[in-house]
Amino acid sequence: MNGLAFDAVIATIAIPAAAAGILAVVPSWRLAARLNVIASVLTIAAACLLLWHRPAPTTLFLIDDLNIVFLLLNGFVGCTTSLFSASYIAHELQTGHLTPRYLRFYHAMYQVMMVGMNLALITNNLGLMWFGVELATLSTVMMVGIYRTPASIEASWKYLILGSVGIALALFGTILVYLAAKPVLGTGMAAMQWSNLRHHAAALDPALLNVGFIFLLIGYGTKAGLVPMHAWLPDAHAEGPTPISAVLSGLLLNVALYAILRFKMVLAMSHATIEPGILMIGVGLLSLFFAALMLYRRRDIKRLFAYSSIEHMGIIAFAFGIGGPLGNIAGLLQMMMHSLTKSAIFFSVGHIAQAKGTQKIAAITGLTTSHPLLGWTLVAGVAAIAGLPPFGIFTSEFLLITSTFARAPVLAVLLGFGILLAFGALLLRMTTLCFGAPSEGSHPISASSVPIFLHLGIVLLIGLAMPAFLYAWFAHVATMLG
Amino acid sequence: MSSATALSIAHVLAGALVLVSFMMLYQDRLSSVINVLALHAAVLGCAVGWQAYIQHAPELYITAGLALGFKAIVIPIALHRIVERFGIHRQVEAVGGISLTMLGGIGLVALSMVVMLRTAAHADALAREDVALALSVILLGMLMMVTRRNAVSQIAGFMSLENGLILAAAGAQGMPLVVEISVAFSVLIAFIVIGVFLFRIRERFDTVDSTALDAFRGEAS
Repeated sequence: MNGLAFDAVIATIAIPAAAAGILAVVPSWRLAARLNVIASVLTIAAACLLLWHRPAPTTLFLIDDLNIVFLLLNGFVGCTTSLFSASYIAHELQTGHLTPRYLRFYHAMYQVMMVGMNLALITNNLGLMWFGVELATLSTVMMVGIYRTPASIEASWKYLILGSVGIALALFGTILVYLAAKPVLGTGMAAMQWSNLRHHAAALDPALLNVGFIFLLIGYGTKAGLVPMHAWLPDAHAEGPTPISAVLSGLLLNVALYAILRFKMVLAMSHATIEPGILMIGVGLLSLFFAALMLYRRRDIKRLFAYSSIEHMGIIAFAFGIGGPLGNIAGLLQMMMHSLTKSAIFFSVGHIAQAKGTQKIAAITGLTTSHPLLGWTLVAGVAAIAGLPPFGIFTSEFLLITSTFARAPVLAVLLGFGILLAFGALLLRMTTLCFGAPSEGSHPISASSVPIFLHLGIVLLIGLAMPAFLYAWFAHVATMLG
Repeated sequence: MSSATALSIAHVLAGALVLVSFMMLYQDRLSSVINVLALHAAVLGCAVGWQAYIQHAPELYITAGLALGFKAIVIPIALHRIVERFGIHRQVEAVGGISLTMLGGIGLVALSMVVMLRTAAHADALAREDVALALSVILLGMLMMVTRRNAVSQIAGFMSLENGLILAAAGAQGMPLVVEISVAFSVLIAFIVIGVFLFRIRERFDTVDSTALDAFRGEAS
């Protein structure tokens, strides 16, 4: 059965790659949108196969407990976003924001992005992971600029330049890690494999690992939107098409964090290095406070939720920085819940912006009256992302604060204060957006509600009763992360 | 040839790259920035070619060839054409004074020497010196990017930064995927340059000065 499993690993990148090639030449956008959905469904089917038949690590690919869930999450959100995207772009075509020629490009790039992210997740090789993240970044850069308005071009230029510097620093970190491993593992591919690095972590040169990790944290942290390297994130989210905002927040930030986690695992196994947790706690708290304060001044609805993504990336970095079994469980759960919730919010927001013809918060009020479906899903989404029970983010944040209290009370107070700050801003905005007298000038809109309900349903379910197998998996991965 | 001579030549070439990075910092006209960039890539090509020779790593010749052909010739020609078409070849642009930037650059080189020579103390001599000098080039490239506002000089800064990375990767003996990574970077640079053409930043903003872009922030109202 190992052959089948290995084929499934290849399929998670081969299917989107083939789809990208086909979508680049399919002339009809309706057919392309359908093909996009089909390719995404096939990709997640291949990822699901890996649950049952897991191949042994090879030189290039490694499937373990840590990445399989991200692979599934990637497949799932990629799939629901392709559904949302189909109804979103239909409206963009009607209003003339996009032309069929650009849509061909858009669909092809969507699948290229999936190739990049899946490659970064399944590879056993540091260099290939770097390449996957670069590929995903480049394809999203092009999609952010697709409207070709001055604002969207500025956003994609900024994203390109900052992203490239981030990528460059991450590569330098990767080279340093290779240099640290070379004396022990020998030259060549062996010194660039996760499976080997973890195994021999204690023998690696600690000084090189330390400096390497700092570069990697800054480099991949740029991709993850951690303050102070976050400047591209709000612009890219606000100016690109909304399906891209959903996958940026829901998936790409996670993939970048996953890369940092992999390196942290190596450092955790080697006892001579600095404690990587302290750096991550610092960056995490900085991101949390900065984003929470920025939330109060937002006038653009997509920018609002982009800053909320920075806030959550901060909380997640903090959680892994605190570490220990509970901290890691909280971090993993928060990653999953955030990506499901935030993409659901962007699905709602995308349709809302289309229905209202604007992204300005001041011009959108009373959504629950004018568009009950969109309004109430946004209410539920904001309640979930702000950390209200009974949603899953409440569970992870509660777990994180209580476990931090036991180990570092001062940090727990800071964390709680930051979360409350953000909570206040989000609720404030939500009440004006969703309640009160509806603002004028709305267009009828045919929203695809299935993806929104699916995402929020899972978040609610996990908040109410987390399945035992999921908890067991989290607990196992938490011990791997150290 | 003795290994000491081989090492010295590698050292001189890597040091020359740092020197050319400094030259780029004080250029105040765009066309001269681009010329220095071409020189930078040419020096990198020689340095990587030398590494390929002394490490007996023939695949590195591809990386060296890419630096000499693509980055030292094709990209500078494309940038010259952009600059001419936009009519900004005489434009002077630098944030802060040249002397201040140079002082900052000296500080960065000192920093990278102190940090890398210590951390890589146990690595072999070739890799240690190369990584230390490469980090200097990378930091000088970043300094170039933050002190310039113009899109073309930011590209130049990024390309010199990336040259530093290729130097580090070539110096880390036997590192796999170096060729693939250098190809990936060339594609990235091609994208950036084509992006400036395609997005017609000049046409839309009447300047390639990226400060002008700030006015279009979505929240300017």
